[in-house]
Amino acid sequence: MSRDPQGALVALNRFGLGARGGAAGDFGSAAVDPRGFVKAELNRPNVALLDAPGLQPTSELAQLAFDYQNDVKQQREAAKKAADAIAAVPDAKIPDNSMSTSMASGGMTAAGTMQSTLANPTPGKEPPQPPNVIQKTFRAEALARLQRATMAESGFVERLVAFWSNHFCISANKGELARMWAGAFEREAIRPHVLGHFGDMLKAVEQHPAMLFFLDNQQSIGPDSRAGRNRKKGLNENLAREIMELHTLGVGSGYSQSDVTSLAAIITGWTFAGREGMLGAPGSFAFNANAHQPGPQKLLGKIYEDTGVMQGETALGDIARNPATVKFIARKFTAHFIADDPPLALVTKLEGVFGKTDGDLKAMTLALLDSDAAWRTPMTKMRSPYEFLVASGRLMGRIPDDPGRALGALNVLGQPLWTPPGPNGFADSNAAWAAPENMKLRLDVASQLSARIADTLEPTQLLESFAGDAASIETRHTVERAETRQQALALLLMSPEFQRR
Amino acid sequence: MGDIFDCCESHASRRFNRRSVLLGGATFAAWAYLPKFARAKDGRDPRLVTIILRGALDGLATVAPVGDPEYASLHGSIALVRDGAHPAIELDSFFVLHPAMPEFARMYKDKKAAIVHAVATSYRERSHFDGQDVLESGFAGPGRVQSGWLNRALENLPRGERVMSGLAVGPITPLVLRGGAPTVGWVPATLPQAADDTAMRLVDLYNHRDPYLANALSQGLQIEKIAAKDDSMKPKPGMNGIGAMRLAAKGAAKLMAADDGPRIAALAFDGWDTHANEGGPVGRLAQLLSGLDGAFAEFENGLGDRWRDTVIVVATEFGRTARINGTDGTDHGTGTVALLAGGAVKGGRVISDWPGLKIADLYENRDLKPTTDLRGVIKGVLRDHLGLGDQVLAEAVFPESGTVRPMKGLIA
Repeated sequence: MSRDPQGALVALNRFGLGARGGAAGDFGSAAVDPRGFVKAELNRPNVALLDAPGLQPTSELAQLAFDYQNDVKQQREAAKKAADAIAAVPDAKIPDNSMSTSMASGGMTAAGTMQSTLANPTPGKEPPQPPNVIQKTFRAEALARLQRATMAESGFVERLVAFWSNHFCISANKGELARMWAGAFEREAIRPHVLGHFGDMLKAVEQHPAMLFFLDNQQSIGPDSRAGRNRKKGLNENLAREIMELHTLGVGSGYSQSDVTSLAAIITGWTFAGREGMLGAPGSFAFNANAHQPGPQKLLGKIYEDTGVMQGETALGDIARNPATVKFIARKFTAHFIADDPPLALVTKLEGVFGKTDGDLKAMTLALLDSDAAWRTPMTKMRSPYEFLVASGRLMGRIPDDPGRALGALNVLGQPLWTPPGPNGFADSNAAWAAPENMKLRLDVASQLSARIADTLEPTQLLESFAGDAASIETRHTVERAETRQQALALLLMSPEFQRR
Repeated sequence: MGDIFDCCESHASRRFNRRSVLLGGATFAAWAYLPKFARAKDGRDPRLVTIILRGALDGLATVAPVGDPEYASLHGSIALVRDGAHPAIELDSFFVLHPAMPEFARMYKDKKAAIVHAVATSYRERSHFDGQDVLESGFAGPGRVQSGWLNRALENLPRGERVMSGLAVGPITPLVLRGGAPTVGWVPATLPQAADDTAMRLVDLYNHRDPYLANALSQGLQIEKIAAKDDSMKPKPGMNGIGAMRLAAKGAAKLMAADDGPRIAALAFDGWDTHANEGGPVGRLAQLLSGLDGAFAEFENGLGDRWRDTVIVVATEFGRTARINGTDGTDHGTGTVALLAGGAVKGGRVISDWPGLKIADLYENRDLKPTTDLRGVIKGVLRDHLGLGDQVLAEAVFPESGTVRPMKGLIA
């Protein structure tokens, strides 16, 4: 049987998460039938779903978070009472818990304070606090995702999940609920649809409590609704704008400020039930008719009658199949897998499939895999830090049993898990990941990582495992001539064959 | 049972990691050449610092037109007031300054700080990302992201000797300073270093197989060496974003104060997108402004004698709605403020052709109407502080901006 080493490298690195080391023999399997190797995962039933012991649905997580917040509040009040009783201490310090929510979407303080609470506190200061339920949940979700990615066959489906999760990103830094829900959001709104329909994913995302919270929609109130009139509250157009700009149509595609305002009005009332559960189970999506702006709205030239929650669902359905959306998504998807500046013919082909199938993402994904360009375009893209770290874990056969180290490494390399700097997600370009600062950091991380585990591994064998006869003679020599195993391993992880995809 | 990521726990917990500082909005890049004019006979050796506030600063909450009869009702629950528990700082009979900015207020009183109000770039849509591209690229519209106006300004300065060798931009270089003129990058950083020998072997491999990565890694290795020597430029554990702004300013000032240090710098601070619960005299925006205020103080302090030759320009991609939204915040708007500070600024003034806040006077009935083109402000600084000519400014630095005249009299 003929072998295709270069095709194997494309299959493993461009589409997958890299070869698994040890006895997996991924490179050999991929070399026999690169396309088949990648496609195999797509036919496993429910392959994208993630259901690990201990992971809970959003509404149950909400209840836990509400209970936790309540405990904190009561403790604070008790502490305040005690302080007031003493009364002689005018400056008694009250822990400022408002930060996590009031600092909201900015990367600012959130990045700093979150970091110091998530990772353990400084040694020598106060004894480390046991992680609270929010931190525990985040870590459990992160661990489940990392384990899945490390063990997956080719890892292609996990790559799809990561792509869509970044496209429809939320940031855990928005506040406690966002941190609590970050993993559940991906499991519930992204994973079920990565091989389903774009319109379904869009609806699941925009109605998910995590997204409603991240982009403030639970606070947005129709000015003429009952709640709006009673409480003198009104619209917040944050979510509506990002739906059109980032999630669907793309900026500059022809929508106007009045379209943004209309969509904001259309989705007023899209919220989640609070701790009292007046609108439903706490932490579940709810349509609050009392906050919904009454009346028809004109959006992108079409009138949408006020049909309650259906008004927004109908509008989203139309936006999902708008030609601007099709163009925007096809290009972004192709650019992610193939090249920063993707082959135009391939983008056009994917647009066609997306349009014809009404946004069937499996059909679009297969069209990508079936094209020649996807396999022939030179491997110029850099692995993202997440792809790099997961590929390292796969190659070395280490399934993480604690997410702390991976989360730390992702922070260092500028891609903290589920915590992008803005609603536009992490960068997806060589300008970001192959820049001087990042290359230096990668080398430092690769060195530290190699220092810990090089003893048990044979670098030349690992090179065979992930690149086989597709490895360049220079890389082979560099690895063979290294002074120590550790150095060999670091160089191997930093080789172009490992970094490029 | 250790997993492979053991390496990284240590610095994630023991130290504040560099990248979260970066996400905290502290990035810095500087020009690598000493401008010729630095040796001019009057002894002036100008420094220029550009601070980009990403996320869109609420100009009406930073410098509030309390003299405008519409202001209090439009800004509602978050409006600044002259009295009460947290009184705003009086600037003149019409404008007050946010109380979280005492340092800037002091500079203003000393006539070393100025405000330009109702200012905007040429961009009139409301996307952050396009807005930032226009602000930083200096082009009239979005989509031109190859180089920034500050870099093109540098390219048009007469070059003196090189003050730092062989360094170029990192991922964190703000667009405003990206381009052909060589720059250095720096972020407050701590991370266990790879051995030099390993790094050299890797550069060698890249030289043979991947010249792009060879170039990137070589630059990354050099950047690190510059700042590595100075402990005070490293972040401390538990530092928050406010501290990160100060730290970036402190580090930048230190590098710029040196006789052979860079003269031109750009920083970017994130997090100004205050859609909900923006807060008035105290709260979320107040925290951010206090970080910015601290950055002014760090520059003044760190630049020492060079402060007298310094101009800091603070700009943001656009403003926010004049009327607060339904969630005690503000949505994306248009007109906002630009801030100038430094010993070389002719300050103590709010410069504004005030458009008024009546509904009919607002841009699209919602935003502060811009009456001053931000490019004119920056052109005025570049011309009178760095000596760039009108034609270069109108063609190379801010392409197709001939009709936007450089603002006069900003520099003392």
